[in-house]
Amino acid sequence: MSFPWANEYKPSHPFMQWMDEKLPLPRFVYNAIGAGYPVPRNINYWWNFGVLALVCLALQIVTGIVLAMHYAPNALVAFDSTEHIMRDVNWGWLMRYAHANGASAFFVVIYIHIFRGFFYGSYKAPREMVWLLGVVIFLLMMATAFMGYVLPWGQMSFWGAKVITGLFSAIPIVGEPLQQWLLGGFAPDNAALNRFFSLHYLLPFVIVGVVVLHIWALHIPGSSNPTGVEVKSESDTVPFYPYFIAKDGWALGGFLFLYCAVLFFAPNYLGHPDNYIPANPMSTPAHIVPEWYFWPFYAILRAFTFDFFFVPAKLMGVLAMFSAILLWFFLPWLDRSPVRSGHYRPTFRKFFWFGLIPAMAVLFYCGGAPAEEPYVMLSQIATAYYFLHFLVVLPIVSSVERPDPLPFSITEAVLGKDENAALEAAE
Amino acid sequence: MIRILSILVGLFFTLALVWSFGIGAVNFASEGLPHTAETRFHEHPKHLHLASDGPFGKFDKQQLQRGFQVYKEVCAACHSLNHVAFRDLSQLGYNEDEVKAIAAGFQVPGVDPNTGEATTRAGMPTDYFPKPFANDIAARAANNNAIPPDLSLMAKARHDGAAYVYSLLTGYQDQPAELLKDFPEAKTGPGLHYNPYFANLNLAMAPPLTGEGQVEYSDGTKSSVDQMSQDVAAFLVWTAEPTLEKRKQTGWPVLGFLLFLTVLGYMAYRNVWADKKH
Repeated sequence: MSFPWANEYKPSHPFMQWMDEKLPLPRFVYNAIGAGYPVPRNINYWWNFGVLALVCLALQIVTGIVLAMHYAPNALVAFDSTEHIMRDVNWGWLMRYAHANGASAFFVVIYIHIFRGFFYGSYKAPREMVWLLGVVIFLLMMATAFMGYVLPWGQMSFWGAKVITGLFSAIPIVGEPLQQWLLGGFAPDNAALNRFFSLHYLLPFVIVGVVVLHIWALHIPGSSNPTGVEVKSESDTVPFYPYFIAKDGWALGGFLFLYCAVLFFAPNYLGHPDNYIPANPMSTPAHIVPEWYFWPFYAILRAFTFDFFFVPAKLMGVLAMFSAILLWFFLPWLDRSPVRSGHYRPTFRKFFWFGLIPAMAVLFYCGGAPAEEPYVMLSQIATAYYFLHFLVVLPIVSSVERPDPLPFSITEAVLGKDENAALEAAE
Repeated sequence: MIRILSILVGLFFTLALVWSFGIGAVNFASEGLPHTAETRFHEHPKHLHLASDGPFGKFDKQQLQRGFQVYKEVCAACHSLNHVAFRDLSQLGYNEDEVKAIAAGFQVPGVDPNTGEATTRAGMPTDYFPKPFANDIAARAANNNAIPPDLSLMAKARHDGAAYVYSLLTGYQDQPAELLKDFPEAKTGPGLHYNPYFANLNLAMAPPLTGEGQVEYSDGTKSSVDQMSQDVAAFLVWTAEPTLEKRKQTGWPVLGFLLFLTVLGYMAYRNVWADKKH
């Protein structure tokens, strides 16, 4: 679907006309990311991160395929083959650093993309399906990133794999057999490394598939915008090409600049030194920490320190950690406010900026810190707020809050009332 | 319905957290933070500046050669350098003949071409540095039950790697009287050596660099313990990432190009949007 005023694809070259009859792929592209896709004119820079995420995914797949040509997924040589890539493969160090930091860049972009959605209510009707698919992509990304981190077979790879698969052992009765089945053994070893490599190669292509669905679902209602008011007329939109190609283009340049600054001058800053020590099942690192992008959820996992009635603390932590992400699936129905954008929701906005954002910041910090006081108590407070925000505050606030008046249309929000009237008179 | 359920689930998690927080807070109030010799006496690495530091950093080849000499004459007795081949040494400024001569100075595992039996032969540039011990058991037996770690990646495998190596090598000292007074049970055990830069303060490695002139530098530099420690730390930065210099040198043109591209992109963006208010 598209708006009635969307530009129509009219190939002029005979070959393109022939092509359009046989396989209208150019028409498809034209309508998806060309002049045939009308986009709200007022979307701000927070809307650039969808395209940036797509670029990150492409970058990860390309560098990953090259790395897989040189990497050996065998517990005996995996660590050495990674060092072989760093030292002997032509530009191998660039590929590996680009891939490792690319994962971090991808998560930076995706977290901004998700929080854009939280603030502007992008998950609300008619875009629930876009949101649901987005959460699926995020879950797939987490699984892929976790398995990718295991591949160099360093100390953190090994112990990370042990801790994360150990989470499943918290499930009553089937837990332990389930963990052994996942690992293919009693502890992470060659069987686990091999299947993680296989899945780490497979899942990115599954992500590509879900991304296609995500964008498809997006193109049915069209992009949301900072006012949260739906598109009403042609003056509300501009064609994706050239307007947003140009805007995304220069944003991409800036993003790549920052990414390369880290990649070339601080490539190990986001990693952990222990992963340059070969995996050793006999020696446990002093602090086992996952990569930074898992820290909020790791903090939630570790926040439950004592058994709660009949639920063991570990099971409680695992339940909470998975619930923390799975509850996002219910967001479109928990937040019942008809107003989408946080700009027009004064109460929601306060909870967002002074509640959710600080809680996430604390969770990020505490997830990377050792499991000691005061970090444990801090993460308990932040975790409690996290759940209260989504499960209690959102449903209640959205039914009692009085939103600010919305602009009549996107054009009015951009041009002001009088100019809008002038524009309509001129048309 | 879904909202009532959600509020109940939210309250359930919150109650469980209040429970954990409450018990934790009571314990914390009664016990406080753990107080151990490590938390009080462990020190962060000293400051060390190397030529390879910073975005314009380059290896000081003279220093790397000195560091290599320290590794070869001191560290190599116990520590392996698994990821480094003799051919790599040409990056330190040695010419082909010198690399061949260095390699030939090491005995590496080989096979007798006539009998097929395991033997040793003189090293060649394509060989990797040989391991000082046949296996972990031999390494433990010779080193007071501690395995000397491989040094190839040491500068990346510790926080603040090069400074850590330098601090550790120059950080041996007697246990402070205060430590013995407050933590009598933390007295350094037999065969161990007190070093505040080591995580648990007691290191199985005896001070390897003990006095001036232990290594006689071929470039005439005075080989104080401090100098040797700096040099070997610099050498280990190179062994951990021989491509470090190339990485930094590649980074600048890449950033320059991206900056140009971004400015160009911004100008195009301004141009395209010139007639559209947004």
